[in-house]
Amino acid sequence: MLSEFAFVGVLVIFATMLPVAGLAVAWLIRPKKPNPIKQSTYECGIKTRGETWVQFRACYYVFALLFVVFDVEAAFLLPWAVAYQQLALYAVIEAIIFVAILALALIYAWRKGALRWI
Amino acid sequence: MEALIQWLVMTFPPLSEGLARFIVYVLYSAVLAFVAPVIIVVAYTYMERKVLARIQDRIGPNRAGPLGIFQGFADAIKMLTKEDVTPASADRIVFNLAPILATIAAILVFAVLPVAPGVIGADLQAGILYVVAIGALSEVAALMAGWSSNNKFALLGTFRAVAQLIAYEIPIVLAILAVVVATGSMQMSAIVAAQDIPFAVVLPVAFLIFLIASIAEIGRCPFDLLEAESEIVAGFHVEYSGMKFAFFFIGEYMHLFASAGVATTLFLGGWRGPFAGPDSLLGVLLGFVYFVIKTTAIIWVMMWVRGTLFRIRIDHLLDFAWKFLVPLGLILLVTVAIALKLPVLSTFVLRWVALLVANVMTALLMVIAVVALARRSRSAALREVAGIEY
Amino acid sequence: MTIEHATQIFAFVILTLMTLGGGLAVVTSRNLFHAALFLILSLAGVVGYYVLLDTGFLAVVQLLIYIGAISILILFSIMLTRGLMIPGQVQRNEQWWIAALVVFLIFVVLVVALWQTTWPIASEEALHTPNVAIGQLGAALVGPYAIPFEIISVLLLAALVGAIVLARELENHSARADAETGE
Repeated sequence: MLSEFAFVGVLVIFATMLPVAGLAVAWLIRPKKPNPIKQSTYECGIKTRGETWVQFRACYYVFALLFVVFDVEAAFLLPWAVAYQQLALYAVIEAIIFVAILALALIYAWRKGALRWI
Repeated sequence: MEALIQWLVMTFPPLSEGLARFIVYVLYSAVLAFVAPVIIVVAYTYMERKVLARIQDRIGPNRAGPLGIFQGFADAIKMLTKEDVTPASADRIVFNLAPILATIAAILVFAVLPVAPGVIGADLQAGILYVVAIGALSEVAALMAGWSSNNKFALLGTFRAVAQLIAYEIPIVLAILAVVVATGSMQMSAIVAAQDIPFAVVLPVAFLIFLIASIAEIGRCPFDLLEAESEIVAGFHVEYSGMKFAFFFIGEYMHLFASAGVATTLFLGGWRGPFAGPDSLLGVLLGFVYFVIKTTAIIWVMMWVRGTLFRIRIDHLLDFAWKFLVPLGLILLVTVAIALKLPVLSTFVLRWVALLVANVMTALLMVIAVVALARRSRSAALREVAGIEY
Repeated sequence: MTIEHATQIFAFVILTLMTLGGGLAVVTSRNLFHAALFLILSLAGVVGYYVLLDTGFLAVVQLLIYIGAISILILFSIMLTRGLMIPGQVQRNEQWWIAALVVFLIFVVLVVALWQTTWPIASEEALHTPNVAIGQLGAALVGPYAIPFEIISVLLLAALVGAIVLARELENHSARADAETGE
């Protein structure tokens, strides 16, 4: 069991080596001629004005929070799904109640217009 | 993996088991990290360009080598020798780290893919959840790329990209839940072993949800608003050039193969096929061949979808995820859970038939609901705009 | 000392550096975005700890939820409320030495408490039966722990409702501010 994660560790090390090696080779081969016009921020050919920021829209945050809620739900439903075949019907009913309450959360967000990306 | 390790220990007596295990791991990791990306990217970019070209009634690459098969290498050489223009105001460390993280996340998924009978890097107990978690890691890479570019377009692109990625991760997890309920384990090898009948036949709705959500997770057409030239000029990788951009690209194709591989494992039976089994070397090789064929078939379907459908707008995209796929996934999970616990099921065949019936009923229910909702909203809009009573 | 044992100790040292170093960097970094990224590094260290404790499921869930969802939430809030490249402030004020003293005292108390406790150690066969772990967790969730299981869903519902109410207030507030400045 632990040895399987050791494989993942070894793969992480090798997987880090690939992009580093690729970038190193590219750094050796490619031309390097920086000048300030090339290095200015891209804005469709015109000069940037002001700071780089994005206006706060609460919808971004609500989507992320909805994702957290459903992610935690999935993390709880997965052990139930693994144990499913040994469980009786009442366990299924309990899980359905769990899913129904969270579906209620989704319906609430939907009806209150929080799922609109403006 | 275990069989290979035992064989090594037997044929080379001075090797201890720990050392043999280490050697096998290092070799397989090197193959996955260095050989697999090159082969996958070269082969599947060529295949994509040819398939799209044929759909669009043209020939595709035919200059670089016979039938254009060296096109991938030509592209690689181009990317390597391009100048790397980094904006002066960008955050250097994070800017360089983002494509590295994206590539690492793409390669790490391969650790749990059962590519052949007995050949799986890490047969984790929570194997299928590991795949979803690594997908979540690539979202962090997207955020890092967008932020460190110090560019308004990149920042906007990042928000859209991350919103799309997280919206489509939930349907994937719900489809996986349906499969885990039918299998009883999260281990990839157990899921393959449980598919005497492929789950695509028994859980077609889950298969469709998984496929559609995977296409959206990778960021391909019809969900490729993030890189659309006409919309947001390459989105969060607008400031990347040369090899760093190439690594985002490589990450996307690796993710494509990995998603198709996971879909094959979950729904098409993985490496299963006639005469494929862990007993002999021929069985192992046949299993690998079946796996590659099935994965390529799914990738071909994804390319077909790309060549046929149009790009979807960001709010439609998010609506499709949260208001259609997630409720569909939840209803599917509930019906599958109830269907498998009905007391009428005595034989093995009846179980699968019950699952299929549950899926078909769910699909019909959703179609009826969507048609009714669409008719209602259309008549409301018509009444509002033109005063027509529909 | 076998190779496995040595690798585990080596991994533990690296993970401790990641977790503690990441945590230290979070509170001392001047750039807020970098601080958030160091937080992600620290959480990744915790993933490694779960792996070393042979609970693969918890490791993957930590990766999925903390790094995949909550970190994105934190990064979103940072990116939405801060302009880029504002020269970061040093994260200290004049009373830092009092804070350091209190923290050191808490540290001493914790170390003494950890040292004095006799920790029950699991038996050998309990340590080496991972295969039923997730199934047992699932059965426990709908068996003895069914009420907390349902309460969790209510808690998540409450969190979402609260966030949506707050977000709508913020939208109204900014819409009103836009309307006022627009006139």
